[in-house]
This record gives sequence, structure tokens and C-alpha cells, in this order.
Amino acid sequence: MSRSFTPKVVTANRLREGDVVYLAADDRWTQFHHEAELIDDEAHAQLRLLFAAAQKLYVVGAYLADAKAGPNGPEPTHFREEFRTRGPSNYFHGKQADHAS
Amino acid sequence: MYSYSDFDEAFIRSRVAQFTQQVERRLDGSLTEDEFRPLRLMNGLYLQLHAYMLRVAIPYGTLNPGQMRQLAHIADAYDKGYGHFTTRQNIQFNWPKLPDVPAILTALADVEMHAIQTSGNTVRNVTADHFAGAAADEVEDPRPYAELLRQWSTDHPEFQFLPRKFKIAITGAEHDRAVIAAHDIGLRIVRNDKGEIGFQVLVGGGLGRTPMIGMVVREFLPVEDLLPYVEAVLSVYNTLGRRDNKYKARIKITLHETGKAEITRQVEERFAELRPLFGGNDQKLLEDIREAFAPPAYRNAPIDAYTAFHKADPVFRAWADTNLTAHKNDQYAIVTISVKEHGKTPGDATSAQMRVIADLAEKYGHGDIRISHEQNVILPHVHKSDLPAIHAALAQVGLGTANVGLISDIIACPGMDYCALATARSIPIAEEIAVRFKELDLEHEVGPLKIKISGCINACGHHHVGHIGILGLDRAGVENYQITLGGDGTEQAAIGEKMGPGFAYDQVVPAIERLVRAYLEIRSEPAETFLQTVRRAGLGPFKTALYETEGAQDAA
Repeated sequence: MSRSFTPKVVTANRLREGDVVYLAADDRWTQFHHEAELIDDEAHAQLRLLFAAAQKLYVVGAYLADAKAGPNGPEPTHFREEFRTRGPSNYFHGKQADHAS
Repeated sequence: MYSYSDFDEAFIRSRVAQFTQQVERRLDGSLTEDEFRPLRLMNGLYLQLHAYMLRVAIPYGTLNPGQMRQLAHIADAYDKGYGHFTTRQNIQFNWPKLPDVPAILTALADVEMHAIQTSGNTVRNVTADHFAGAAADEVEDPRPYAELLRQWSTDHPEFQFLPRKFKIAITGAEHDRAVIAAHDIGLRIVRNDKGEIGFQVLVGGGLGRTPMIGMVVREFLPVEDLLPYVEAVLSVYNTLGRRDNKYKARIKITLHETGKAEITRQVEERFAELRPLFGGNDQKLLEDIREAFAPPAYRNAPIDAYTAFHKADPVFRAWADTNLTAHKNDQYAIVTISVKEHGKTPGDATSAQMRVIADLAEKYGHGDIRISHEQNVILPHVHKSDLPAIHAALAQVGLGTANVGLISDIIACPGMDYCALATARSIPIAEEIAVRFKELDLEHEVGPLKIKISGCINACGHHHVGHIGILGLDRAGVENYQITLGGDGTEQAAIGEKMGPGFAYDQVVPAIERLVRAYLEIRSEPAETFLQTVRRAGLGPFKTALYETEGAQDAA
């Protein structure tokens, strides 16, 4: 392939709760971005997205989001994805509160 | 106010039952997301960034205390203890869980409320002047017509799959507080030479990526022609509107592509067909509806207590001078409760605040509550002698801010803190502007100034009609904010003009401060408002203030 592939994670929202989840390498859906599988191959990314899209009873709207490797695991590269790892900035709600303890 | 008929009640209950089953089928896998999505949107349920969001209709922004208490109950039982009042006079809950939504809709139905047609390509909640029935400058109360339009448009079989959403706004006053010129159809109640009541009809207004001011298509539409005429407009739009391109699907584009003359010809032709089909039942219905909006039994009592308090207490005086509007009964006032405490999210009310508002409306306000498109709450009928007690109660729960119409009374969409469509945040920008001008203690000195912030090009924050408009964009992966100047949402509606290159997130507040300081410097006298100064002096001095400051410009 001529152009390089930006690494990705598979992310979606949970069907019942609506909160953000990420697909881990062992097929689990995790609430933590750093536990997601960082995918650096385009064909593998498409396969993982297909796998995610088939989990109709668990997630909604799966897509591939750009990410990069970090010391504790994958990190988001775009501010939108960064907000999704945390929750809103006007209240201490969402993931930042769920995982505060 | 209007109470549900047996028909309304049965309809709402059947829709709740239907959606309850649809949710069950989604949860057990009988429905795919592609199948379920249009069904949930028809019932106001979105999936946003961090959670689902349920948008509940508040028809023409009118609530009774029982309904407000029920919203507080829903906020506590199914959400995180608050609700967000929107720029279309609705309320949104930001954290419902899908399995709870049927119970929420049942709780809403218990108080004659619903979330139908708050999304999708349908006729949305009909909005109206939030001072309807109370304003001193009113020709007639627009709410009976808004209710007639609501009944006509709800589940209208022909208009459930329009090319795009369709928004109608109505005002009964000369001064337009309902932004009718920025709606698909805008209606203004007017009186003709013979003294008869009718409507001036505007079509094709809208904000979003292609902002346009509506065109007048009828100077005087008789009352009995309202439904057939609106139906004719929608019918022509339904046929001509573009379904091939979402961005060209609103009636404003249809109007410009087809031409006003041709559209008007087709509307009038269709109207001629439809008019005879309306045999007068709509007018009988309208008469019944009017009775529901009869004015309250005003109290006749002295207002000395108010006058004395106004003289004696500077805090009360500041609030009264800013947050009250003239009522048609001069013993009364219209109270605007600011849901814009400095540093807080514009339009967010906690369940505790909602309950205080409900109690005050019941005790002092003839049981009438309004939500404004500017994301504040109105008590439209308050006897002036009760104002000191109301102010004291509001101040205790963070609702006593004296800033209505001032720089910190900002409209802001949810932006990227919640919205899946957003390209940047808007709430924290609003919070920081409000806090900064409080620190400077300048907002009363600055006077009337409307700042409106949208977190994407869809313009839910009405930035195009802000005196100062702020539009948050994603520029190469960084939040960037474009500033417009000179917008106006009133009867002198105007789209703001873009100033120049955008500003980085942390440069927005200093940029706004430079604009405001430039205004203070060049206004001809303190009575000349910001907007008047922009109109008189042009953009030049403001551009200079924005960009010719060393290090101020972000070259994004």
C-alpha cells in the first residue's frame, strides 16, 4: 500500500447504557481506551470492525477511531475521542466519575 | 392552558405502548439498529457522545407546575438530577438508559407531555413568543394558533417523511421574540385596515450552514385560512424539496432554487384546492382552544410594597431592572428567571431549581411557566407586590442572577460536551465569558448584548443572529472559533458577518473582551447599544480591535 495506515481502535456505544466502549484484543468490550486493541493493519481493522458490527445486542454504531501507542496502552489522537474517554467538561459526569474511585 | 382531550390522551398512550414494544424488540434483537434508529428518533431519543439523550417537547414553551415537577422527578429518577432547556423551548435529558425510556415516556404522558416529533423530518415543536398572553406590545395571544398547529401537525400522515425537518414559529407581538424570520415558516399576528386579525407569513428562513432570513409570502392571511395555507406550503415543499442532498433539503433552499414567484404560484394553487376541504371544524376547534388560553383572573391590589422595596434594596433593584418586562396589566410584571448563573451551563436547571420554579408559579404566577428559546424560564403573570418574595426565593437556589439580555445571558448549544454532531465545545466558552465579565464587573455598563454560541455549523446556538456570534469548528484536529458580528434575531432580523480568521479555544474570551472594550470606546453615548454601534460604525473598528493586537491572532 502506498499510504501509511494510521493506527486505529474500534469504539462504539453500549446498546443499553449508551456509554462509550472499546474493543479489546480478547474480544471483550472495555470502558477504558488504554485497554483497547491498537490496530496497525488496515485489513485487520476492517475485520475487527465487522466483528464489532455483528455484536448487535451489545453495541451501537461501531467505528474505527485514530489512536496512537502510549505508555499505558492506546491513546486518542483527536480531541473528540479524548472527550469520549472522559465525559463532558461542564460536570463531573460520565466516565471520569464512573471510574473516579 | 390547554388540557389534553380524550383523543390526545389515547394517542399519546398508544404511542408510548408502541414505542415500549419497539424498545423491547430492539433489546431482544428482533430489531436491528438500522431498523430501530428511525423509530427512536420519532420518539425524541438520540444517541449522543457519552449516552442517550431524550428531547421532550414543551409545546410553544408552556408548562404548568405539575409538569415542571414531573420533569424534576424524571431528572432525579432516570437522569443525573438536571435537565437542559434548549433553544427550541424544549428540554433534554442527557443520561437516560434505553431500558428506562418507556418508563420516562409513561411519566411524561401522566402529565400530558411527550417526545413525539422532537426529531426526524417532521414538523417540529411549534415555538412561540415566550411572553405570549402577557406582553404589553401584543396584538393577540399566539398560543391558540400554536396549539392548533400542534394538533394539526402531530402525526399528520402526509408530513411524517418530509425532505427535512420543518420548524414553525409564531409571535403575536410587534417586537419579535420568537425569531420567526429564522424559521421554515414564521407567523406574525397582525391587524389589517379593517381591524381584522390575520397573519403575516414568512417562508424559507433558517440558520444552519446556509443561513437565510425568511421571505414574506403573504402580508395578510385571514385566520380561517391558516391551516389550509400552511398545509399548502408543506405540500409544495414535500413535492419539490430535495431528498437527494441533506444539505439542500430545507425549504429555504427549495425557495431559492425554485424562485419565490414560482413557489408562491404553486402554494396559492394548492391552497385553492385545499381551502374548500376545510369545512370549518378547524375554526370550531380553535374556538375551544381559545377558551383554554383565557387570561388568568388578575388580582387587583396595591403595589406599594414593590415600589418601596425597589427603592430600598439595590440587589432587588438590579434584578428588577434587568429581569422584568412590562405586562399588559400594569399591576403585573413578566419575570424572566435567569438560568444563566455566571460560570454555570446555560439552560441547565437542577431538579431542586425546577421544584422551586413550580412552587413559585403555583403560589404567585397563576400556574403558568414558559421556557424561552434563550434558555431561560419565564413566570409570565406576577403581581408586582409578590416580586420581592419571588426574588428572595430564586436567589436562594442560584436563580436570582440579574443578567437577562446582558453579556452573560448567553445562548449555547450542548456542543462537543454532549452532541455527536458537534465539532467543538460551546458550554465552557459560555461559562468563561460570563465569569470574565463578572470579574470585570462590566456587564451592566455594557448593557444589552446577545452572545450566541454554536458548537457546529448546524447552528443550534443561533450564532448567526447573535450580536456577537461564536461558531466552534474543528480545524485540523484543533478547536477553532469563528466570530460573527451584527446578527439580530428580532423583527430587524440580520445574519451576522464573519470577522476573519478564527481563534483558538483559549483566545476566545480575550477576543470577546477586545470587542466589548472597542464598543465602550466608540459608542456615541451610553444609551447606544452594542448592536446600534456595530450598525453605525461598521465592522472596521471591531476588526481592528480583534486582529491588530500583538499576539492576539491565531493563524488557524
